[in-house]
Amino acid sequence: MLVRQPAFRHASGTLLALALVAAADLAAAQEVNLYTTREPGLIQPLIDAFSKTTGIKVNSIFIRDGLAERVAAEGTRSPADVLMTVDFGELINLVEKGLTQPVSSTVLQQAVPANLRGPNGEWYALSLRARVLYADKNLDLSSFTYEQLADPKWKGKICIRAGQHPYNTALIAAHIAHYGEARTETWLRGIKANLARAATGGDRDVARDIMGGICDIGIANSYYVGLMRSGAGGPEQVKWGDAIKVILPTFQGGGTHVNISGASVARHAPNRAAAVRFLEYLVSPEAQKIYAEANFEYPVRAGAAVHPIIAAFGPLKVDSLSLTEIAKHRVAASRLVDKVGFDR
Amino acid sequence: MLRAPDATPLRRGSSAWLAASGAIALLVLVPLGAVAATALRESAGLWQHLVTYVVPVAARETLILLAGVGALVTVIGAGTAWLVAAHAFPGRRVLEWALLLPLAVPTYIIAYAYLDILHPVGPVQTALRSLLGFDSPRDFRLPDIRSMPGAIVLLGFVLYPYVYLPARAMFVMQSASVLEAARTLGIRRRALFFRVALPLARPAVAVGLTLALLEALNDIGASEFLGVRTMTVSIYTTWATRSDVAGAVQIALAMLAIVLALVLLERRARRQQRYAADAQHPRPLEPTPLGGLAGMGALAVCLAPVAVGFLAPFIYLVDAALDRIRFAGVSEAIVREALNTVTVSLIATALTIAGGVVVAYSARLSRRRLAQSFARAASLGYAVPGTVLALGVLPVATALDAPLDRVASLVVDGSVGLLILGSGAALVYAYVVRFLALAIGGVESGLSRVSASLDDAARTLAAGPGARLWRLHLPLVRPAVAAAAMLVFVDCMKELPATLLLRPLGFETLATHLYGEAVRGTYEDAALAALLIVAVGLLPVILLARLGRVERQRDHVPITGLETL
Repeated sequence: MLVRQPAFRHASGTLLALALVAAADLAAAQEVNLYTTREPGLIQPLIDAFSKTTGIKVNSIFIRDGLAERVAAEGTRSPADVLMTVDFGELINLVEKGLTQPVSSTVLQQAVPANLRGPNGEWYALSLRARVLYADKNLDLSSFTYEQLADPKWKGKICIRAGQHPYNTALIAAHIAHYGEARTETWLRGIKANLARAATGGDRDVARDIMGGICDIGIANSYYVGLMRSGAGGPEQVKWGDAIKVILPTFQGGGTHVNISGASVARHAPNRAAAVRFLEYLVSPEAQKIYAEANFEYPVRAGAAVHPIIAAFGPLKVDSLSLTEIAKHRVAASRLVDKVGFDR
Repeated sequence: MLRAPDATPLRRGSSAWLAASGAIALLVLVPLGAVAATALRESAGLWQHLVTYVVPVAARETLILLAGVGALVTVIGAGTAWLVAAHAFPGRRVLEWALLLPLAVPTYIIAYAYLDILHPVGPVQTALRSLLGFDSPRDFRLPDIRSMPGAIVLLGFVLYPYVYLPARAMFVMQSASVLEAARTLGIRRRALFFRVALPLARPAVAVGLTLALLEALNDIGASEFLGVRTMTVSIYTTWATRSDVAGAVQIALAMLAIVLALVLLERRARRQQRYAADAQHPRPLEPTPLGGLAGMGALAVCLAPVAVGFLAPFIYLVDAALDRIRFAGVSEAIVREALNTVTVSLIATALTIAGGVVVAYSARLSRRRLAQSFARAASLGYAVPGTVLALGVLPVATALDAPLDRVASLVVDGSVGLLILGSGAALVYAYVVRFLALAIGGVESGLSRVSASLDDAARTLAAGPGARLWRLHLPLVRPAVAAAAMLVFVDCMKELPATLLLRPLGFETLATHLYGEAVRGTYEDAALAALLIVAVGLLPVILLARLGRVERQRDHVPITGLETL
């Protein structure tokens, strides 16, 4: 026995080691495959935090357009587990094409308000952002409505990105939901007549162009202000961010237009459990804090804090229109953009 | 352009080459057919809308862009080619290859770079304002570059090498005797260019122009960024914003028809003319020395396109990348991305060139129309926007993946998933289809210089087609093949839309990294990636330039791979 004991110990040690290796293998084998239209720079901090917390590896691919085509073509063999989009319309499009599956999770249901998820858990919003007004900081302006964008007094003074960009088609769709297509067309023609330059570039360009004297006001997303002013984008961008002031515009008698980033579990997800876990993580207090602090977005989770730079804009009063209602007018919005030659 | 020596009649052994060539043409046609098939699907009732509001604008914008870019690349390309080919002036030997450098700069990168350089708060206008005594950009600023004129100038200055390269080759090749004869007939030196040299170089200029225009037509990054709504941009938005693939493909097919009609028209117009000089043994052109002011003028004229198309954006990128590295360091990911880019581009280049050799050689072996048709069909991918092509490759790849998976599951346990899409094979396939035209054109132009009598001699020695290719033709056309390979490689590296849609999970290239930053307006974060794309692209461009020079020293004609399409 005396002789054997160390041997036994040795053997048990080996077993333990083997078990550990096996467990490690199992953990390593845990993966989740993410297809995203969200820019990698905005999602990477969350992926890193998730992998650190859970040990689950996230393989991701950024596909700006064609996410639906790609997943549909891949069919039952698709490795996609989570489909994430930057825009509500894109997310609904995935659901309507039958590329997603419902997820019922109490964690998700408790964290995400009912109007920010699919009725059967086909999709979940993860973060919110507002479509706000950037204005020259020397401008005497303290409130603004989206309707005023068409006011001729802004002729040659407005900068905005392409009308066909989902951020803008969503805003135009919201206008249609409020006023109908005919009035929206007049409104769009009015904005078009007010443009200071071609409708192109990104949202940050609006701030830079205001600083550069090209325009006085422009429409852009809320979180870019945080990315610029915080210095996360480098010293140059701090100047752009400081050249503007931010006003939360509203529809007349309504609220501010918001859009979401959101995600669904793919219909043929090979790692469904890990996929659900990933979504649950993204709405956890920890992840929602990252959304607020690293991305400067509004968290979806009730009670999660907003970053001070964003909070300084004042209280956000979200427009009462439901996202589903807005999504119905997305194609009509896109057609109006063509019709009035907005991007021409 | 030389007339191809009489191809040898179809002989035993060449039918295998014809079959291989047909198979390659089929590989190109299948994804194009798959795309065309989607056009038949319901277009969400939008066709009327597209015809009324989208196509007229897009067609007009496209025509203006092409006319402008076409004029610019012809003037810059042919003008500088004539200067360096027929004149001696200070700096000429450097400029001869430096004029090629803008080839390494993708259109989207030049657009990003110039927006920063020329922005009212950028370095140029800031300096200008302090020079002129203006305090604020509100008092003084230059016109915005995000406009049609801006797009024309930027595209023109990076695409002119497509004209410069074959035009220079042609000018060098024009035997001195023709020009001397013209001179003895009393044509003055200035008129010589317009009345003799340029008309003789027309086929080369036309081919280069076609390539440059196809690049401009299919460009999406720069045009969209600069706010120009071309057909390609409209195809893209129709698909992306309205999820209307059928509508997008319908516009694409209409566009393809117009492109093919134009290419055929140009070929037909040229068919009336004969360009056969005693070009097999041309006496090289004796450059006219330009001294003093004229020499300085020539230097300035040739330096300008290099400065605008390469030096300024390159210096800007170096500066921005250094800034970025100081601010955020270098990520490990970028090394992997660079390796991915180079690996996938190299594999695609090797396959593209192999395919090009087979198709071009088969067209030489067989006089039958069929072989020529295969060559033209296999070249179609270059005339289609990368986005559209990717939409065709996608269903083809996944259709192949299903049976592959079933076969594999007999061997291994469980499913192997998507082998073709997941391994990057689909991406390589898309590159090959897209750029095969460059390889076929390059090899064809090389082969056209090999006398048919050499084939006959080899045949009397009982050498079969394969042996003749390996031992006779390939050694002779090596420079043409190498030149084509370098062009294909650079194009693969720069390719963006197909790469975005078809790359495997977790596979990032320099171009996709750059784009990921650019779409959220932070392209300066990716300055290092942009710099690497240009830097890796530089190597082949410099090799390409050296190749031209070595050829010239051998008193051969520089063979560029661009002379036929």
